[in-house]
Parts: sequence; C-alpha cells; structure tokens
Amino acid sequence: MSKKLLVIAEIRDGEFRNVSYEAIAAAKEIDSEGEIVGVVCGDSVADKANELFKYGADRVIAVEHANLSQYTPEGYAQALQAVIEKEDPDAILAGHTSIGRDITPKLASRLKSGLVSDATAIESAGSEVIFTRPIYSGKAFEKVVVKDGLIFATIRPNNIPALEKDDSRSGDAESLEVEIKDLQTIITDVVKNTTSGVDLSEASVIVAGGRGMKGKENFSILDELAEVLGAAVGASRGACDAEYCDYAMQIGQTGKVVTPDLYIAVGLSGAIQHVAGMSNSKVIVAINKDPEAEIFQIADYGIVGDLFDVVPKLTEEFKKVLV
Amino acid sequence: MNIYVIMKRTFDTEEKIQIDSGEIVEDGAEFIINPYDEYAIEEAIQLRDEHGGEVTLVSVGDEEAEKQIRTGLAMGADKAVLIEDEDVENGDQFSTEAILAAYFKDQEADIILGGNIAVDGGSGQVGPRLAENLGINHVTSIVNIEIEDGKAKIERDVEGDQEFIEISLPLLVTAQQGLNEPRYPSLPGIMKAKKKPLETLDLDDLDLDEDEVEGKTNTVERYLPPEKEAGKILEGEIDDQVNELVSLLKNEAKVI
Repeated sequence: MSKKLLVIAEIRDGEFRNVSYEAIAAAKEIDSEGEIVGVVCGDSVADKANELFKYGADRVIAVEHANLSQYTPEGYAQALQAVIEKEDPDAILAGHTSIGRDITPKLASRLKSGLVSDATAIESAGSEVIFTRPIYSGKAFEKVVVKDGLIFATIRPNNIPALEKDDSRSGDAESLEVEIKDLQTIITDVVKNTTSGVDLSEASVIVAGGRGMKGKENFSILDELAEVLGAAVGASRGACDAEYCDYAMQIGQTGKVVTPDLYIAVGLSGAIQHVAGMSNSKVIVAINKDPEAEIFQIADYGIVGDLFDVVPKLTEEFKKVLV
Repeated sequence: MNIYVIMKRTFDTEEKIQIDSGEIVEDGAEFIINPYDEYAIEEAIQLRDEHGGEVTLVSVGDEEAEKQIRTGLAMGADKAVLIEDEDVENGDQFSTEAILAAYFKDQEADIILGGNIAVDGGSGQVGPRLAENLGINHVTSIVNIEIEDGKAKIERDVEGDQEFIEISLPLLVTAQQGLNEPRYPSLPGIMKAKKKPLETLDLDDLDLDEDEVEGKTNTVERYLPPEKEAGKILEGEIDDQVNELVSLLKNEAKVI
C-alpha cells in the first residue's frame, strides 16, 4: 500500500528553502507511489505554498495564524500536531535546518517516535527504509532504520537533489484552521548577520579561511571571491579562536558540517577537527603556501602559493569566466 | 536555583575514527566531555555563582563516564548522577530521553542546560525531547543567557543570525559555541572533586523496564567514508595556475 508522506516546508525571506524541495525528493525515495503532502506554517503563506506542487507535492496544507509569523517551538508544535492528527501520515520529513533541528525532536517526543536526524541519503529496500547519516561530524557514517511505526527524519541540505521544477503542476493549498495560543517564547528582536544572504549549511560554494589569513581585515579578499561565486564564507577554528571572525562561521567538528559542491580552503592547514566538517564536499580546492599542509591530502586541486597573491587573481579570473 | 546539566562522554575531536565489525573502536582513544556540554557546565557554574543554589551533573552512560563527570565536578559543579544504561538494547535518542525524564520527574529543576549537539552522534535531539517530556520550555543553540525574577533573557544563534528571547523558568537550554570560555579545572578543584557526591543509578532505581526504553531506531551498519585521494597540485607561474584552476573547475569538475 502506498504511503502518505508529510513534508514540513520552510519559507525564509519570502522563498522556500531549497532543502524543502529536497525533502519532497527524499519523500519520493521512501515511496515513489506515495502521496506527498507539503505543510507550511506562517502568518500569510497560502499563495507561496503553491510552489510546492511544482516540486512534487500532491497536496499542500497551509496553517496560517498571526502567532506563526515567527518560529517558536510551542507555536509550530501546535500547528504541526494538528496537521499530523488530521493526516495520520506514515512518514514525516523536514530539512535539517535551525527550525527543523528545533521542532522535530519536540514532535518526536510527543509522538513517542524515533527520529533520524541529518540524513544524507535514503534507500528503500522492500518494506524497509534505510537512512544514511554522518556520525563524528562525517568522520564516519551509519545506516539507520526505523524499527516500526512512524518514519520521521530530517534531511541535510544539499545532499538529496530536488526534483526538477515542473511548471505544469499546480494546485490550491488547503487551509487548516488551528488555534495557536499560550506562546511562552517572546522574541524581542532578530538581528540578521548573514550579509551575503548565502547560508553556510545550504551554500553550494564555500570559501573558507584559516589562520593564514593573518587578520580580521584580510577576510575582505575572501568576501570578494565569495561574491563573484555566490558563495558563503566560512572559517577554521584557528581563525575563529584568533578572533578573525565570528564563531557562527566556524566549520568543523565543533561548528558547522558542510557539503557544498565546491569548497575553496584558503590558508587552512587542514586540522582533523576542520576536515571532519568539510571533507565530504564534492570538490575541494586548497590554497596554501606550505606544500606539506595536510589540506592538500584531501584537495582535488591545489595551488601552493601566497594566498594574498593567489586569491585576488582568482577572483579576477572567475569574474572573466562567469560574466 | 536548582541547576542541572545533562552531559555526555565523547571521543576527543582530534581522534581518528576506526571501525571493526561495524563497531567504533574505543581502545586507546582519548575521551572528553562533549565540547558543547562543557559550555553548559561553565554557564551553570556562572549562574550558580550569581544566583546561588547548586549545580548537578547528570550523565547517561557506562561507568567509564565517571572520569569526565569528575572533571565537571572539578570545574566547580556540586554533585553528579551517573545513570548506567548498559541494560538498554539498541539505545537511541528516545531511550536517553526516557531515562532522563524518569530521573527528572522527581527533581525540581529551575533550569537544565545541555550541549547543542554531541560531537559523536550529532543529532541534537535529547535536549528538546527531554523538555517536551517534562512539559517545560526549551531554547536551543544559546550564546547568552541572563536570569532575573524567574525569567530568562536569551540570545540564540539561528544560522548566523541573532534572535533575542524572553522566556520563563523552568526551562531547558542547549549551549552553542560562543556562550562562554569554559574554565580548566584548578588543582584544588580536582582535589575537591574527588570528595563530591557522585550517585550511580540504574534502570531499576528509576523504576524503568528495559522494554520501556528500547530504541525506536536501529543502526544496521557503520562505515568509514572512502579515503579521498590527494588530487592535482598545479605547477608553474601563479597566473598560469590560476587560469588552469578556473578552467579545471569549469570544464573538468563542472562545479562553476
């Protein structure tokens, strides 16, 4: 019998996050014949919600309420619990994002279910669904199955390709009225820091600097390179400890674990702590003046040279090629 | 204030991981307090020093975890509880939630602190699961907290953005990097820690059956990623190398 699969989608800055589309593709991996129900929460999201049809959703449910304008665990839990009770899905998928990481364990506890966090691949073998997920920040992997009952997982961005957009598909989002009340979490302010608008965990290209950057001010050359490539800028623990940049930019076993298509490591030694957070990137470029640097061991392409010479030249060359 | 910290013993982040017959090889490996839990312990000590009360460390694991718990006591926590989970078959995050919930239902915690994630399993589930089970609020990934009149003012990290929150106690929070700079245990601290109370409990003590805490998920395989082969180190003048690199990324790797 085909399954009903609920995909918790997420809108940020007026657009669906790509990982929401990837979660729909993940649902297809679980059951290609299944019914995929997208669900989106917010204060006014029904119009936008229709995008989910184009990426493979069969139905879309919008829960709209003024109290859902910002994410709070209690608000979203009330909304999603109402949807889950109404739909009684066989599987629930969400992106492994700030919201996904926060809300799914709360729901899993409520539902007394298992939860597979941060899945990078899914395979269906008969009645069994096998999730692959990194452990020890990607130094190793494990394959996990849900024993029985609800299949519940979060999907790491940038690993399971979204289905191709199909403009011929459309539909109308169903509206579900839910009373969202007694919010305990009062959000007094939000300060946006991601200047480039490209989030590290979802970026398809990342430029990262290490101690070799020698100072906070020098990160501007990485910003310029990143801008040309539409990339996010990250850093090693060494660079963060030296206060060249904020810990929010740290990539590594403590810090963010990333899997972009292209990772450009600049002035980075390649400490095991850092490598754990980025070694599963598809293509790695290393720029370092020390030919013995560990980072060259895992790089696909390397340039041995002074980063202050190489990086600006690289930026110029990319400009030429990408216009 | 009754301050609790949930903490876990993990592999040192500098360790290479080896796998034998599907199991992680622990022989000879260095173990530490999960780095994110260390921030939680430090913050708990600071909150106690400011507001009074006691810091209790709670860990689910085997007897080996005593060493890391003693380190937490040496940092300045007042007492600790180790809940042994050796009887649990195929434990997962659900299991840990159930065990901790059984312990906490008899405690009157004002605040429970934990790490944002553990650097081994990396799921970040146990904190929010436990809060839900206990019927208290949670805030994950915090980088600052101030408590006044039963209310917490919190700054949390949301994928690089800062979110400012006000919320009432009792509360569970998980620590993100940047919350504080964990102290090293002092020599007198280490001496004192040896005499601080460390209670050991098992499932029976918590009136739990093995069946009740059996995991909902099952790990069927563990493996190492294929070793990456060293790639191509470009040669020649820097200008030529830069040209070649861009060309390779465009035409060979096809990533731009």
